[in-house]
Amino acid sequence: MIAYVLRRLVYGFATVLGVLLFLFFLFFLYASPEDIARRAIGEKAPPAAIEQWIANHGYDRPLVWNPEDPTDSLLVEHFRRMLTFDFGRSDADDVPIRQRLAEGAGPSLALMVPLFLFELLVSVTLGLFVATFRETYIDRAGVAICVFAMSVSILLYIIGGQYLVGRVLNWFPVSGWDASPSVIARFLALPVIVGVLASFGEQVRFYRTVFVEETARDYVRTARAKGCGDARVMWRHVLPNAMIPILTQVVVAIPFLFTGSILLESFFGIPGLGSMTVDAIQGNDFATLRVMVFIGSLLFILAQIATDVLYTLADPRVRLE
Amino acid sequence: MEPHVLSNLITAALAILLAAALLRARRDPLWRGAGRELARRRPIAVSVVALYVLIAGLDSIAWVDGHAPGAKAESGTLQGQARSVIDRLFPADFQERSYSAPLATHELYGEEPLLHPGKHLLGTNMIGQDVLHLTLKGARVALVIGGLTSAIVIPLALLVGVSAGWVGGRLDDAVFFVMSTLASMPTLLLLIALIMALGTGTTQVCLALGITGWVGLARLVRAETFKIRELDYVQAARVLGTSELRIVWRHVVPNLMHLVLITFALLFSGLVLSEVMLSWLGIGIDGSWGRMIDQARSELSREPVIWWNLLASSTALFILILAVNQVADAVRDVLDPRTALEAL
Amino acid sequence: MSEARARARELVLEVRDLSTSFPIDGARRRVVDRVSLEVAAGETLALVGESGCGKSVTALSAMRLVPKPGLVESGTIRIGGKDVRTLPVTEMRRVRGNDVSMIFQEPMTSLNPVQTCGAQVVEGIRLHHRVSNAEARRQAGALFSQVGIPDAEARLDAYPHQLSGGMRQRVMIAMALASRPRLLIADEPTTALDVTIQAQILELLRSLQRDLGMAILLITHDVGIVNELADRVAVMYAGRIAEEGPRRDVLGAPRHPYTQGLLRSLPGRAAPGERLEEIPGVVPPPSQWPSGCRFSNRCPIAFEPCDSIEPERTAVSAVHGVWCHAVARDLGASEP
Repeated sequence: MIAYVLRRLVYGFATVLGVLLFLFFLFFLYASPEDIARRAIGEKAPPAAIEQWIANHGYDRPLVWNPEDPTDSLLVEHFRRMLTFDFGRSDADDVPIRQRLAEGAGPSLALMVPLFLFELLVSVTLGLFVATFRETYIDRAGVAICVFAMSVSILLYIIGGQYLVGRVLNWFPVSGWDASPSVIARFLALPVIVGVLASFGEQVRFYRTVFVEETARDYVRTARAKGCGDARVMWRHVLPNAMIPILTQVVVAIPFLFTGSILLESFFGIPGLGSMTVDAIQGNDFATLRVMVFIGSLLFILAQIATDVLYTLADPRVRLE
Repeated sequence: MEPHVLSNLITAALAILLAAALLRARRDPLWRGAGRELARRRPIAVSVVALYVLIAGLDSIAWVDGHAPGAKAESGTLQGQARSVIDRLFPADFQERSYSAPLATHELYGEEPLLHPGKHLLGTNMIGQDVLHLTLKGARVALVIGGLTSAIVIPLALLVGVSAGWVGGRLDDAVFFVMSTLASMPTLLLLIALIMALGTGTTQVCLALGITGWVGLARLVRAETFKIRELDYVQAARVLGTSELRIVWRHVVPNLMHLVLITFALLFSGLVLSEVMLSWLGIGIDGSWGRMIDQARSELSREPVIWWNLLASSTALFILILAVNQVADAVRDVLDPRTALEAL
Repeated sequence: MSEARARARELVLEVRDLSTSFPIDGARRRVVDRVSLEVAAGETLALVGESGCGKSVTALSAMRLVPKPGLVESGTIRIGGKDVRTLPVTEMRRVRGNDVSMIFQEPMTSLNPVQTCGAQVVEGIRLHHRVSNAEARRQAGALFSQVGIPDAEARLDAYPHQLSGGMRQRVMIAMALASRPRLLIADEPTTALDVTIQAQILELLRSLQRDLGMAILLITHDVGIVNELADRVAVMYAGRIAEEGPRRDVLGAPRHPYTQGLLRSLPGRAAPGERLEEIPGVVPPPSQWPSGCRFSNRCPIAFEPCDSIEPERTAVSAVHGVWCHAVARDLGASEP
């Protein structure tokens, strides 16, 4: 198993390098530093200003190969910055990106962790509930509601939620942020509710399929023949057996706990990494965007390896080799 | 070539292709049965999708009025501009100066009388455009997003998936590496990064959606090709010396079509919804419902509330997505024997 | 056995006119049609028939475990005197695993793959008895020894996939015995096992029955197993009982043409070198069952009423019944 994890880590590292290469192609070769400079300071900026901008941001090195000093090129610098988690400075306002990440991670986690837990609890419970009543009108109604819910764009949930809860009912603040924990809860309530609403359709339907597939298995019949009730069958037998698809679903969500939700954060004024991404889009801040993609895939790759390890805990039949 | 001529040609080509595909499917009893089953299970959803396709198709056929002196006098800007069949359902100068409520006779702010009082069924937007007209035109944008992206995704995924699955070895390793690299980047972030680098515009957005969307289908195709390669009759064809390309074309690709169709149906709604999010981030496509929703979001905080723009665009979007989702579910149930068995 | 004694015997399972239907090709079809069975305390009734004849659905109906969208339409089922069909859900749960237990064909898939074998037996015990976890585990260990699992204590912590097929079926039996049920329903308990293991499991069932005085409803398609274990036999064909009676009568002097055909097709019955006889045709799917006698379209002696009128029970003797027009005619002719 240790050998397996090591091999996965090596392959994961290779994937990270692939991501960095892709980003280099996209942001240095396809969109050249000059393009980036033009977008940052304006199309009609004088050539001197563009030269200046490029030099200030360290984009004035040779792209791939520097005959005088092989370690001094944009390619090497790109890989060095990312792999040492230095990340450099924002293209928009010269703030070190590391500092931004450190500031934004907290609010993102504060939003995403409760959202993630609620979402999981709601969708697994509802999925189990609907699957318990499979083949009945409860099940059909449940599936119809899910398809209905997932056909609504997340934007409408946000707009509708803000309008209804914030403006008409006046239950929670519409948006905003405060550092003190007691106030945060009031600010987080609405985005969490909206987030759960926006995702439950797809999630419940997914879990229902998993659970219905599982309830058709022979061991479920055995459990009933022993005298287990519906609830016990679902929670004690079906749920543990469905852990592999659940884990797969859960672990790939983990990177987003850190990178945050782009839509929810910017809409509700939460100063997390999602808002930071939106700022980067609006400010043509390519450096920050590159870092966000890199962090996202790094976390995703680590989460995938963690999933494989967790599989062995969820199912004694799984052996990693 | 002028844009509207190109659009007409593409529309004609697509219509011919669609007709040919339908005729072909009618001759194959399996596909015919699947089609009939689909129409039996989801008659309303199928009709709704067909209606949207029709509207989009009508909006894609446009021509310039050669001699329209009347229009010239009223609105000089429209002179020489191609107008589609949908545009022609509305008067050529169907524009006000600002917001007006549905069926209103006066502007919302300032109470100026409208040029077309009581004619705007769904009101007008900030710059006075008819909301119903814009909403109908949004259908074309939505279908272009789904269609153009699929036109990128499906051939790419088939080419990469089939060759990796069929050839195996080094090629497969390389393809697998590329796919896991792309799949490791969070979809929305990758999408944003791509559009930032490629630039905004319909083609660029669809290209970006295509690059983020092909991996899933390519994985399915690759796995399925592995399976088909080992089937007895495929092996037999190889032993008989049939050329590899011919086997792939005659035996492998037809057996992947159901996967392609299911994925296309499932992918479609996701693509249109993604564009809505991109619109909101300011990197969407002009004229899409996403843009309308984006504009409408500040209108809810105005006094009095301007609701018609948001309602029209989001309802049109919701009905299309709901219908497509239902059709997609039915397509999967009809074409995928595994899930069909599960339903038993 | 006199009629009086037969009436006096204590029934652990009593099924009267049970009909269970499934939607097939758009219509509800009775895959079990007016089936009656009884199992007395301590005896073994073998329910014999080809796959798809409805014998498993009969058993699941008795347990009230017919999978959706199947439906028990009519009839009464009594387990230890309790009316299964009207029992409240919680009461029914107490019946399952306590008054009646069930073991299944596939010991591989019938055990929960992510729970240890011990935990599954412990759950069975604790569902019906208020005992501590430690006590239940001790009992589970004892059950494992009783069903002949070597190194019982260690095996409690084994997962199903770590055991052989025979051992898994022993675990299933141990789980079924957890509450000392008066009736064990064994649905093809040896079909998925190797021949040598089959014999061991049958021997185990026989000895358990002897020691515990438990009744067994044995569901099988294997007449050889019937011979080894059954006291009485009920032969099912296409959702209906064809013939029912003591083993010696049904297997020794079968009257129903289907039973006769079934027995003639067994390798052991034919002389060496002789061709095995087979029943012409195949069992039709439920949607194509004939309207009169279900066997009429394959029956070598079918005559005029067979394909229109369903046969009723004809008593060959006090304990031996046959559902066949030809038998009724012959008996009627000899005893006017």
